[in-house]
Formats: sequence, C-alpha cells, structure tokens
Amino acid sequence: MNNNNYIIAHCQIINSTVYKNGEQLFKSWATNAQDVFTEIYQHLNLNYPKFYKMDGISKLGWLASEILLQGNGNIKQAKPPDVGLMLANTNASLDTDIKYLQTVHDFASPGLFVYTLPNIVAGEICIRNNFKGENAFFIFDEFNAAFTEQYVNYLLDNNILEFCICGWIEVLKESYKAVLFLAGKTPTGSLFSKENMNDIFNRPTF
Amino acid sequence: MTDIYIVSDNIISPLGATSADNFEQLKKGVSGVKRHHNEAISPDPFCASLFTDNSFIDNRSKRYTKFEQLLIASISNALQNTSIDVSSSKTILILSSTKGNISLLGSEAFDDNLERRVSLNTSARLVANHFNFANNPLIVCNACISGLLALITGMRLIRSGIYENAVVAGADEITKFVLSGFQSFQALSPAVSKPFDADRDGLNLGEGAATIVLSNNEKFAGNIKLKGGSVSNDANHISGPSRTGEELSQAIDKALLEAGVTADDIHFISAHGTATRYNDEMEAKAITLAGLNNVPVNSLKAYFGHTLGAAGLIESAITIRSMQSNTVLPSLGFNNMGVSQPVNVCNAILNTPLNNCLKTASGFGGCNAAIVFCKQ
Repeated sequence: MNNNNYIIAHCQIINSTVYKNGEQLFKSWATNAQDVFTEIYQHLNLNYPKFYKMDGISKLGWLASEILLQGNGNIKQAKPPDVGLMLANTNASLDTDIKYLQTVHDFASPGLFVYTLPNIVAGEICIRNNFKGENAFFIFDEFNAAFTEQYVNYLLDNNILEFCICGWIEVLKESYKAVLFLAGKTPTGSLFSKENMNDIFNRPTF
Repeated sequence: MTDIYIVSDNIISPLGATSADNFEQLKKGVSGVKRHHNEAISPDPFCASLFTDNSFIDNRSKRYTKFEQLLIASISNALQNTSIDVSSSKTILILSSTKGNISLLGSEAFDDNLERRVSLNTSARLVANHFNFANNPLIVCNACISGLLALITGMRLIRSGIYENAVVAGADEITKFVLSGFQSFQALSPAVSKPFDADRDGLNLGEGAATIVLSNNEKFAGNIKLKGGSVSNDANHISGPSRTGEELSQAIDKALLEAGVTADDIHFISAHGTATRYNDEMEAKAITLAGLNNVPVNSLKAYFGHTLGAAGLIESAITIRSMQSNTVLPSLGFNNMGVSQPVNVCNAILNTPLNNCLKTASGFGGCNAAIVFCKQ
C-alpha cells in the first residue's frame, strides 16, 4: 500500500487524565465523569459556553479535539471541505439515550434528543473549527485500528481530505475513553499505521 | 476507477416486501402513512408509516428482535437468485441504523445483559451469523445519512481492493423513543407530509428495511452502477440545516466529479425532502447551487415516511427501479412551490430516459451525503 500518511498529533483522555502526544497534560481529581470533563474544560481556559449544553460524548470528544489541534494551526489554513472526521465507539449514544428516556414520561427534552445520535460530536467539532469535509461514525466491539487505517488512508490518498481527525470516543455512565489522532500528509510525528495507533491506544496510563 | 455494479435490491416496508411490490404501490400513488393511535408509543394520535401485520416476522424464532428480523428478511430477499457468496472472505456485510434495538430500553432494568443486547454490535453479529458471513460486519451509525454513507463505504471498500462484494442493509423501527423525540421538536405533520409544498408542515416517520448488493464482478456488467459519492458537514448547527445549502451542494459536486458526470448529465434527483420547512428550503438552495434546478426531483417521504437509517437505502432502491423502467415517480403531497429556489418537483409520472441519477440525504449533526447512479 502507498502509505505516506502520518499521525501528526494524538490525544488521550482516560482515567481523569489528559495526554497529548504521550505526555501528561492534566489530571483531574473530580470523582465523576461529568465533573472530570468540566475540570478539563476549565483547565483549558476556553470561552465556549456551548460546551455546557453538550452531552457526555460531545464534551469528551470536543475536549480531545481541542487539545489535539492546539499547536497544529496549519489545519486552520486548510480549506474547510478538506478537513473531516472518522469516529467510532461501541455503545453509540447509549449514555444519552438512557438519560433522554428518563425525560420521556414527563416532558421529552429536545435538547437531549438531538444528542441521541453518536455523530453529533462530529458536528460539534465541525461547528467549532468550521470543518466541512467527510464525516463518518462507525460502531465496533473494540477500537479497530486496521479499519481506521484503511478508511482514513483511502480518504487521504484519494485527496478526499487533507487532514482527518480519527479515533475512538466512548462514554457510558462513569466509564469513558477518548483517543483521537490527527492524520495527514505532513511528514511529522509517526507513520499513520495500525501498529502505531494500537500502540498509542493501548499504552498503559499511570 | 473500478466499476461498482448494483447486483440486487430489496425494500420491506408497510407497502410491500420486495422492491418490485413497493415500486408498483408507489406508481399507484399509495402511501404507507396512516393515522395511528397507539398508546404504547404515543399518548396522542400521530401519522406514520408503520407495520401493522408484521408478516416479515418469523414467529418461531424468539432469538431475533423486530429490528433484526427486518434486516434478515430484507437481506434474504436481496440475496435470493444471486450468486453472491456471503461466506467468502471477499464479501462484507455493512449495516445502517440510527437506533437499532432502542425499543428494548425502558422495558426492563438496565444491566450488563441489556447493555449487550441493545448494542448494534450484537444485532450485527446475529444477522451476520444467520447468513454465515465470513467477515465481521461493519456498522454505520451517522444519523439520517447512514444509508447513503453505508453505500459510499461499500463502494470505497471494493475500490480499495479489500472486498469484491458488499451487502449493504439498513433498518429502523418507530418506537416511543424516536416518536417522542420528533414530537418534542414539533417536527411531525398531523397529516401525510407535503415535501417542497408551500403548505408543508413537518415530517412523518416510517419504518422499514432495505438492502442493496454491490459488486465489482464483471458478470454484472450492464447493471446500473454506483459511480460516485461524497459526504459533507454544514459546520453550522447540530439540529438545523445550513442556511445556504452550500455544503450539500459541495457533496453533490464531489459525487458528480467522482462519477465522471456533470450537472447537465443528471436526469433525475431523489431528494431527502423531509417536508420540514428548513430541510426542503436548504435542499432547494443546494440543488440550485449545483446547477440542477431544472432537473426533475422528487421526495419519497410522503409514501414511506422518514425511515431514518433505512431511508437512504429504500430511496436508492426506488431510484434504481426508476432508472430500470425510465420512470420518475411523482413527489406525493406536492401541489404548490414552497421553496425560495424553484426546483423542478415532479407531480405526475414522467417517462423519460434516466441514465444518470443523483440521490441526496441530510441529517442531524449537520451531515449531508450525495451519491450518483449511472447506466454507463
């Protein structure tokens, strides 16, 4: 395969800890998932009140994308249709589905209903950054590095995208994990390969 | 670029259990949308296209949910009389759904078992095992463009050389979960919907399933081809479409380019046409921006309702039938132009050569998709 794409940057949020390119950036001491997300948001010192309206997956994915893109300003120079996302998880939007269903008996909440689709996080990241390229959300039992490599390489090699944010965003109750990769043709970082993605995804965190 | 042929297709809807049956009903102007009063899913009466006899369900099997039975019935019919070997490592199953088995939530206590049972992964495994697919199935869950994105993914996987055949199937059922959500948005029409009409007042939901089988095998040369596809995001609002239509137009342009055709070559557009004020307005703008405002266009939502994860596949299968018979179906419910850019909405059966056709879809999260079917 003609593989000349790279992992320009990567970001992990797991066990209350944020890692950028393998380095620990921040650790929250909050005791529940939602508070961890809020503490990370506050730590980043961003002014984006819409954050507070988002559901868990969108908050987690949006935070991971913000951290991923910090210091990668060249992505903002790309044309909006040339930047896209390919995301995946196991439980789709189940975390929010359960919360929405609790409102149905009483007063169904449109603000929650819109988040009962896993791809909304991609929409939130596109709105924040004015990305207008390809979007795709897939469901897998576990992170599928081989498919991610194959699908994203197709998008990059066929000039469908110049940059692709790809990876895993899972939230269910108190369990959560985000691992995002910024993939592109810029020869920097490590090779965009399933081996390197698996290595980063499974890296022991402490 | 590798040619991707349409091998076969199926639609299971309240109107019929094959694509041919559904197409015949549509030609007669029959709609599946009816008024229902079913307190199990809504305290108030509503209009939707729902299965009432569930004849596709095999009552001997308690193994599969209604959602899975729909997929199995649709895939079985689509594979009938084809030579596609699903147990080959060169065949992939791709499933499309927005909410899968969501109806199981709330009916019992949430525990690990229910978490596993409600997962799309579980449904996909059951369906794949039912047919003995060799490969793990792929699941697309991307709001109302899921069906088109599943077809685009199948096309790309075949073009990248990994697979030779893709069985692309989608289904969704109308549950209290989904119905209450659209009610909370005040997005539902109290009657049969009127896409693109001046008096349109919202959408109808619908349930159904569809399957389209793709292959690069030259023995299917002569069949209609899936030649191009593209996806875009509005980057504007998570529950409202673009104000300009520019992003759907971008997806249309890229799909045409990939298919090697221009706007002038397009003979018919099967639009998303949900009959909400904002969707149809955005689509009319996008169609106009793409230079397609004179091309006959229809929406099938007044026949089937909005079938969510199945919509892109059901409407593509009807587009394929339209191309095979060179017949554009009227856009049911349309009388008076109700969008600011006058597009060419069809209100009577039109018999005309259909060589290149466009299918579009848009959904929550600001996503848009466009695909192009061609005879050559």
